[in-house]
Amino acid sequence: MSLRSPLGRVLGSGSANDGTGHWWSQRVTAVALLILGLWFLLSLLQLDGFGHAAISAWIAHPFTAVMLLLLCLTLAWHSYLGIQVVLEDYVHGPLIKVVSLLTSRFLHAFLAITAVHAILKVSLGGSA
Amino acid sequence: MGLTRPASEIGRKPVAASTFRFEHDARQTKSTRQEMSKQGRPLSPHLSVYRWPITMTLSILHRVTGVSLSIGLIALVVWLGAIALGASSYAVLGSWMSTAIGQLLLLGWCFSFFFHLSNGVRHLFWDAGRGFEIRHAKASSWIVIVASFLLTAGYWLAIGGTL
Repeated sequence: MSLRSPLGRVLGSGSANDGTGHWWSQRVTAVALLILGLWFLLSLLQLDGFGHAAISAWIAHPFTAVMLLLLCLTLAWHSYLGIQVVLEDYVHGPLIKVVSLLTSRFLHAFLAITAVHAILKVSLGGSA
Repeated sequence: MGLTRPASEIGRKPVAASTFRFEHDARQTKSTRQEMSKQGRPLSPHLSVYRWPITMTLSILHRVTGVSLSIGLIALVVWLGAIALGASSYAVLGSWMSTAIGQLLLLGWCFSFFFHLSNGVRHLFWDAGRGFEIRHAKASSWIVIVASFLLTAGYWLAIGGTL
């Protein structure tokens, strides 16, 4: 049995028990993506065409690799948070809701790790 | 209509009336109880009683473009994967994306990005407590629409010049 008062236990938790964490994560990743997304689109403009050699050389550059890793991980996180809200709003059956949220979480994890693997392979793999 | 519309018509199931009982409250008369639990009382939000404002269009577009960009994330990962797999895989993806459907998808993601970005900045201003006046919300709606179309067109022309 907890010695904390009922009020103490719920303060700051919000109705869904995660407090303002979701809201803050969404905002922080939004600001990060404002920078990373614009960097990505502007970098594509600077490229010398979109041939495989040019793109590979660009990703092989350490700064590009780091920025791409940040972009993909932040994007996957922000996307997960957004899709979670959409699913919670529109999917109502108790089972289908949990299944769709889990699927979204696994899919986003898969996308994030696949992106990391691809970027590192091009950046560190030498003759990929 | 509007306020007297039965809840069933606005697509929301009323909460089972039996979950709201006020029997512990001696001040509640029987007739009030019946009034409170009457089926079909209006439930918020009464979206159907409003004339459709531009701010509602932007609100739903923010969500639509967000979902569109989540699908774009899959495309981004496929692009990175194709680069990592080698020149031949990358060439296959390139041949897909140069079709009319591929270009339309890219254009859609481009617009989604600039719209979601512009409207996202609008949301950050709201988070900071600014721009809540109706005329400000309407003005910023139009700024977002014009900005996202201009940015999309500008970027599309710029990237087309490099291809």
